Amino acid sequence: MIIGAKIFMIAGLFFFTTAAIGFLRFPDFYTRMHATAKGDTLGTLFFVIGLALYTLHHGFHWFSIVNSIKLISIAVFWFLASPTATHALLRSALESDLVPWTKDKKVIVAWPPKRRK
Amino acid sequence: MAFLVTFLILFAFWIFMSGQLDWWHLSWGVLSCTLVAVISHDFLFKDIKSKGRVKETTLFFAYVPWLIYEIILANIYVAYLALHPKMLDLIDPHIIKFKTRLKNDFARVTFANSITLTPGTITVLIKDDYFFVHAINKSAAKSLPGNMERRITKVFMEE
Repeated sequence: MIIGAKIFMIAGLFFFTTAAIGFLRFPDFYTRMHATAKGDTLGTLFFVIGLALYTLHHGFHWFSIVNSIKLISIAVFWFLASPTATHALLRSALESDLVPWTKDKKVIVAWPPKRRK
Repeated sequence: MAFLVTFLILFAFWIFMSGQLDWWHLSWGVLSCTLVAVISHDFLFKDIKSKGRVKETTLFFAYVPWLIYEIILANIYVAYLALHPKMLDLIDPHIIKFKTRLKNDFARVTFANSITLTPGTITVLIKDDYFFVHAINKSAAKSLPGNMERRITKVFMEE
């Protein structure tokens, strides 16, 4: 149980770390949100699963099971809230005319691309 | 009616979360649950009579494991990009625009959140049936709307 908890916590820390590194390295606001929106979500999930396993390591008391369920519900709320918050930030950035960093200056591309004959 | 049901759900959740059954904690619970229920009782039961809600919920929970698998892939991809020494050569960000077939609001929200959580793409804006999605490079955008929209169409029965 403790070994499982440690593995999950280390995996969670790894994704938090890459989220922070990505946040520092990516070129503009939009690409930085890629790093934080995703890394935080999975990092939270793994870390919370690790903590939930850790609370169970004394045995399956009623009290520790309830605590584990509470911890997992944090991850569930995070899964609903994190994409929504990311979306709100991006939308306000687009509406205040923050231009994304692009290589070819074409910001908005229609999708799927039309095939040329 | 909607107010009462919302209040009871919130209060049961409060007792489960606090685990304290003395008057001090319970009265704070009643106070805060009433406040939240007054503000938001019309959110939870807006369209309670719509058909197929049970089947929709079951299919939604069947969709979740696939979503978690996609999220793990997304994170490994972003971690790979963040740690790659020549990261600026690999990324080619664009905002792509495509039309959606989904009509239901909840289906659209699910689709938008799923796009945000899958590799290399995040939803920016939904406007007049068009999704604006920020994709980190062309290959990340290749699978849109395609497979995921088909799955969500199946979940919300919008064939």
